[in-house]
Amino acid sequence: MSATCDWLAARFAQQRPRAMAALTRYFRSVDLAEEAFAEACVKALAHWPQTGTPRDPLAWLLTAARRSGLDMLRKHQRQSRLLSENQVILEAEAAPLPDPDALRDDVLRLLFICCHPALARRDQIALALRVVAGLAVPEIARGFLVKPKTMERRITRAKSRIAAHPVPFETPSPQDRARRLREVSLMIYLMFTEGWSASETETQMRPLLCQEAIRLARLLAELFPGMGEQAALLSLLLFQHARRGARVDAQGRPVAFDDQDRHLWSRAEMEEARAFFHKARRIGHQGPYLIQAAIAAEHARAASPETTDWPLIEAHYAALYALQPSPVVRLNLIAVQAKTRGPEAALAEMQELAPDLDGYRWFHTMRAAFLEQTGALGAARAAYDRARQLGPTAPERMLLDEKIAGLQKNN
Amino acid sequence: MMYAINIYGEAGVFEQLPQDRQAEVLAGHTALQTRLAERGAFVSVKLMPPSTAVTLTPAPASDQPPLVVDGPFAETKESFLGFYAAAFRDLDEALEHARMISSPIARLEVRPIAWAGGAISTDG
Repeated sequence: MSATCDWLAARFAQQRPRAMAALTRYFRSVDLAEEAFAEACVKALAHWPQTGTPRDPLAWLLTAARRSGLDMLRKHQRQSRLLSENQVILEAEAAPLPDPDALRDDVLRLLFICCHPALARRDQIALALRVVAGLAVPEIARGFLVKPKTMERRITRAKSRIAAHPVPFETPSPQDRARRLREVSLMIYLMFTEGWSASETETQMRPLLCQEAIRLARLLAELFPGMGEQAALLSLLLFQHARRGARVDAQGRPVAFDDQDRHLWSRAEMEEARAFFHKARRIGHQGPYLIQAAIAAEHARAASPETTDWPLIEAHYAALYALQPSPVVRLNLIAVQAKTRGPEAALAEMQELAPDLDGYRWFHTMRAAFLEQTGALGAARAAYDRARQLGPTAPERMLLDEKIAGLQKNN
Repeated sequence: MMYAINIYGEAGVFEQLPQDRQAEVLAGHTALQTRLAERGAFVSVKLMPPSTAVTLTPAPASDQPPLVVDGPFAETKESFLGFYAAAFRDLDEALEHARMISSPIARLEVRPIAWAGGAISTDG
């Protein structure tokens, strides 16, 4: 790859979501849009170094891609004589380049197509990474820790599924738009979570998924600057991601939140997270992402666990639990209550959650830590053992082994 | 005379560059900042992405407070990303310094400053 390639590749990557979105609407086909965009990039690689980068790279690429796509369709039609597609071709040829409002809906539609309920969540994420972000299949395979062949098959299958369930191409109603935004935001949130808390793997984190989730969240925040939920989501992801350097130690083992060296948190990223947090609050948005961002903002503000306003965080978690009454949110609330009310109270609360969370390793790790604090060392050991059976990552297993060994020594 | 070196580009492209290219761009900025620091007072500003911005627009009635609109001033392909401001001997010298941060992903505007106050000042 020459130097020129790097600079242009960054430009193409930046245009890709919008270009793919508009092209998918023209051609009514994700596959054809992908081929046409790829060909437009090849043309740009030949032209731009001579003529300079155009002032509107997106318009240039769209025009070139439309021409390429039409050529492909014509060739294809000469063989198959699919005259019905002619209508689409003519429309595409005559259509002007999309205005910002149309483009917004196009991008949202493309992301929403990837979130199709006929697809498993992981396949939705893989498809968005391939189609919207434009990552290569082997790269996505690495992100999901599967073989490239497996990922190739999954993406092909996902594509034929969505082709069989078309999403309407008309401008969505405000209600539909809101529903699409909610679905797409959730998919992006889960993409981040998938990368952030790996399980049964050799590494604690899969940074690719986190980075791409942030990139997509940025895209939504750019396209919908007046939407508080998207600003809140981006804020939350940026706050979390800013802590990545402190989350694992030099040996790759996870570091408990309270033990993290806060100097390793990225201040610049937290500042940006705070900017989006303030914006979401200004818009007057209230929702789970904003509450979680508020929790992260308090952690970012405090210099240490001792100077953290735990009662405030407890109130945030209680509000979150009111919106999302799930056992995992309750567990987080209890973890904070252990700070405000002590480990005995937390253990008593956890009893109720045991039936729901018995298969969740963090439940047992947390319980073990509280038991250890109250001096119930035998029970603590049993709880660590249980967590060890529940598919920890390799670095987590190392940590659990150390805890167990430590308890044995003291017994 | 004081000049501003204004940086325009497409937000997000820098982040798409591979690490070594990012380092190349940053090296130019570090060199410029070092050079400017040797010469005296200067200002350098990197703005957050345009999506963090809100815009104050005059209200239709002149006695009303301005309207606050979520989003940047204009939805443009290229946006204002940051700037440097310092005193230079002449336009040639300002241009020479601007070249230090030139890269394929940015357009640089060198523009004389009519008045500046605060950390750098045109007064005296």
